[in-house]
Amino acid sequence: MSDLLPQLIQQLFNGLSLGAIYALIAIGYTMVYGIIGMINFAHGDIYMIGAYVGLVTLSAVGTQGSLPIWAVIGLMLVVAVIITGVYGLAVEQVAYKPLRNSPRLVALISAIGMSIFLQNWVALGQGARDMAVPSLLPGAINFHMGDNFEVFIPYARMLIIVVAVVLMVLLTLYIKHSRMGRASRACAQDMHMASMLGINTNRVISFTFVLGAILAAVGGVLIALAVGKLNPFIGFIAGIKAFTAAVLGGIGSIPGAMLGGVILGVAETFAAAYISSEYKDIVAFGLLVLILLFRPTGLLGKPEVEKV
Amino acid sequence: MHRLRLQLGPALLAALVTALVVTPIFGLHLERAGMRTTLVPQWDYVLWACAIVFVWQLVRPAVRGVTRTWSLPSLPTVPERHRNGLILAMLLFAVSWPFFAGRNAVDIATLAMIYVMLGLGLNIVVGFAGLLDLGFVGFYAVGAYTYALLYHWAGWSFWEALPLSGAMSALFGFALGFPVLRLRGDYLAIVTLGFGEIIRLLLVNLTDWTGGPDGISSIPKPTVMGLPMTRSPLTEDGTTFHQFFGLEFNSMHMVIFLYLMALLLAVVTLLISNRLIRMPIGRAWEALREDEIACRSLGLNPMKIKLSAFTLGAMFAGFGGAFFAARQGIVNPESFTFIESALILAIVVLGGMGSQIGVIVAAILLTVLPELAREFSEYRMLIFGLVMILMMVWRPQGLLPMKRHHVQVPQAPSAKGDAA
Amino acid sequence: MSHILEVKDLSMRFGGLLAVDGVQLALKPKEIFAIIGPNGAGKTTVFNCISGFYKPTTGQIALESQSIAGLGSHSVAQRGVVRTFQNVRLFKRMTALENLLVAQHRRTSASVLGGLFNTKSYRQSERDAMDRALHWLDFMGLREFANREAGNLAYGHQRRLEIARCMITEPKVLMLDEPAAGLNPQEKKDLQGLIDRLRNEYGVAVLLIEHDMGLVMGVSERIMVMEHGKPIAEGTPEEVRNNERVIKAYLGEA
Repeated sequence: MSDLLPQLIQQLFNGLSLGAIYALIAIGYTMVYGIIGMINFAHGDIYMIGAYVGLVTLSAVGTQGSLPIWAVIGLMLVVAVIITGVYGLAVEQVAYKPLRNSPRLVALISAIGMSIFLQNWVALGQGARDMAVPSLLPGAINFHMGDNFEVFIPYARMLIIVVAVVLMVLLTLYIKHSRMGRASRACAQDMHMASMLGINTNRVISFTFVLGAILAAVGGVLIALAVGKLNPFIGFIAGIKAFTAAVLGGIGSIPGAMLGGVILGVAETFAAAYISSEYKDIVAFGLLVLILLFRPTGLLGKPEVEKV
Repeated sequence: MHRLRLQLGPALLAALVTALVVTPIFGLHLERAGMRTTLVPQWDYVLWACAIVFVWQLVRPAVRGVTRTWSLPSLPTVPERHRNGLILAMLLFAVSWPFFAGRNAVDIATLAMIYVMLGLGLNIVVGFAGLLDLGFVGFYAVGAYTYALLYHWAGWSFWEALPLSGAMSALFGFALGFPVLRLRGDYLAIVTLGFGEIIRLLLVNLTDWTGGPDGISSIPKPTVMGLPMTRSPLTEDGTTFHQFFGLEFNSMHMVIFLYLMALLLAVVTLLISNRLIRMPIGRAWEALREDEIACRSLGLNPMKIKLSAFTLGAMFAGFGGAFFAARQGIVNPESFTFIESALILAIVVLGGMGSQIGVIVAAILLTVLPELAREFSEYRMLIFGLVMILMMVWRPQGLLPMKRHHVQVPQAPSAKGDAA
Repeated sequence: MSHILEVKDLSMRFGGLLAVDGVQLALKPKEIFAIIGPNGAGKTTVFNCISGFYKPTTGQIALESQSIAGLGSHSVAQRGVVRTFQNVRLFKRMTALENLLVAQHRRTSASVLGGLFNTKSYRQSERDAMDRALHWLDFMGLREFANREAGNLAYGHQRRLEIARCMITEPKVLMLDEPAAGLNPQEKKDLQGLIDRLRNEYGVAVLLIEHDMGLVMGVSERIMVMEHGKPIAEGTPEEVRNNERVIKAYLGEA
């Protein structure tokens, strides 16, 4: 009993930081699906590219001395955001835009092809094996309360949660109050109508992809710093889990993606801690199947009626 | 000249994008030097990439004007009376060529036949019934492991285990299909992907049952009607194929035999799927693909129809899996990743969904081409992904799009025709 | 007299919108009954509820005294209630003949093995299906188009094919959703005769939604008028034609 509470808090914290990453990636899935109704299969790999760009930037700047840690991390984020944003845009223009009016399966195949391409693009360029990421934020906060109460909060993971929360607040405000945000909401509701009202739907769609890529890139950089290693294939599993989170929260709903991310992160961490760590992936997949079977519109989504 | 100048802007932009995209991945190479990671600039990659993209953007409109007039060949129609002769000739060739070819070639051909079978099986699900299945590899794995386990637990031979492998996979197909087939397109794809991964993860983790990451080994190859094709008999008083027929043992024979068995299975799969498309169930699949609402309004039960396609597809995957296990001798979870599902899906889609000949050609191409281009094997997956994107953008209907077979009625109103 | 189709207190709510409110309907066997009303009155929603495409919010729907409310659309069709659609839903890339063959799916041989081995009973079942299909092609005068893709037929022929596809399932109730939309005057006259013929020769009860008053008045035995989701009148064509509320609804007096 005395051991249970600190353990619980520890796992909760771990789950939240994992969930924050899933949320950042899930937002990209949910926005794209909400606006053009397709699953961006390659989105997880965009996250992976963000991580790699961060690492390259870090190596370019060097970890010795000259710049303070915060500046280095900031630079990593900025460069990753820019480059990954370009990737997101390029992917959309090459693989998805020509297929806007094609049947769903065609767009999905193209997305799968893009995912495979990106994974192997990076594998060829930087090697397929694990690559180490220097630890910029070693150390953690240690909570002590008496003999048995000890919770260990690594700085790097705390950074994830802080940055994620800040970004999500900014995103929510932006979507609510900016012109582009309003245009995005209009397009998500009724693309045809939006274009007839003079909204440049192509630009909105591109913007959506770039925005999703930016968030995923931030997630990639931060997780690379926290975990300490990466490889070209981390995007695949992370992508599927983030998609699960998006569906859990209600596909098309940004708050839903955030909520879904957190729930999935916590559920997976608890499953790994209290059931078995080998089966944690099965927990995520199982959750996906269960939601789609019993509540496909997700927690914050609205039930749809099929128009005949 | 003016047109070129118009393209200059977009071309420069594209080159800039290329630079941004290529630099962090190819331009600055991360290298490990002991404890440190350094960056090695490789600016040639970036320059070349930018140059290529720049030039391509300049000439693209001109190229498009020219290629607009091209059209890819479609399958020539062969008159009825010649068709049987042609099929017979192709069969004879297919059966006899391995006796004159090298071991490697026959080996590759066997692999191609396995993929033909898998492709035709998935074609039923994706091409005929229009269901997006990204977890096909799961059923492939079930078939393989069923044979492996039947052998290790009960000593069953390949031919005894084959029907059960198919049945087991079909059962999985039914069980997994039942809850999910009412989901719409994209969701169905992701859920089936999830199932495929769950099956793989279970195979990795249920070590007591499945041998874990190392899998199961020492799986025997098929026998020729009970006579094993080995150098020496398996039991004290048994015989081998060669002893029985008084032939000298040659390991090449097993290679040819495997190929012939694979060919047999592929042909059987083709015959069955060919019949299915002409039966009521095939018509129901097509109608379902066209308009599910209309189907429902006529009393057709979409779930039953989808389940039949899904289960049948799974069954063929099971047969393929069992054969795969027999050929490889070992099975482990590594052979059953999502990439396999993607590969088989690519075969179906690139061949032309629904088109059996297209699927066969695509299966052969996708198996043989990588072997021919051995030097490029590093780039194989990269090219694979790129080909998928390009095919969907340029020719989504596939290499040899399906020419629908229609039930025909003779035109003269007095004659009552038979269904073709 | 027992009714073949009875609808009581039917209502359908979509979120805040009450599309159908308190509809009653009693269809006699072999009767031709029309539902009319201005656009947006909820007519197609009623159809969708009866045919099982929507699950009604409240109400009872009974076919031959057996409840069918809440059953899935394919179950309702299997019980004998089939329908056409406002925008014709043929299987466009299948031929006219194949459309009629597929509609008989429930009655053709379901045995996979039988089909694979081409057994005698399978062949017989296929021949019967072909005969029935040809019969209906002849009935609708579409025999010459048997091998043409349904999407390539003239609009009027498509509509007839859709009706034939319904009839080949040997339904008890035939529901036609705006069958005359897009037809020229001659085709409308033919349609009138066709509906009559179907009822007389095959004994189906017909429920139709229609805007063309000529057709409605000419073919229906009873008419129900809807407005804003509610029934506002019901009776013979004569009664309805002279009903003040109906006239107001159509002329738009507030």
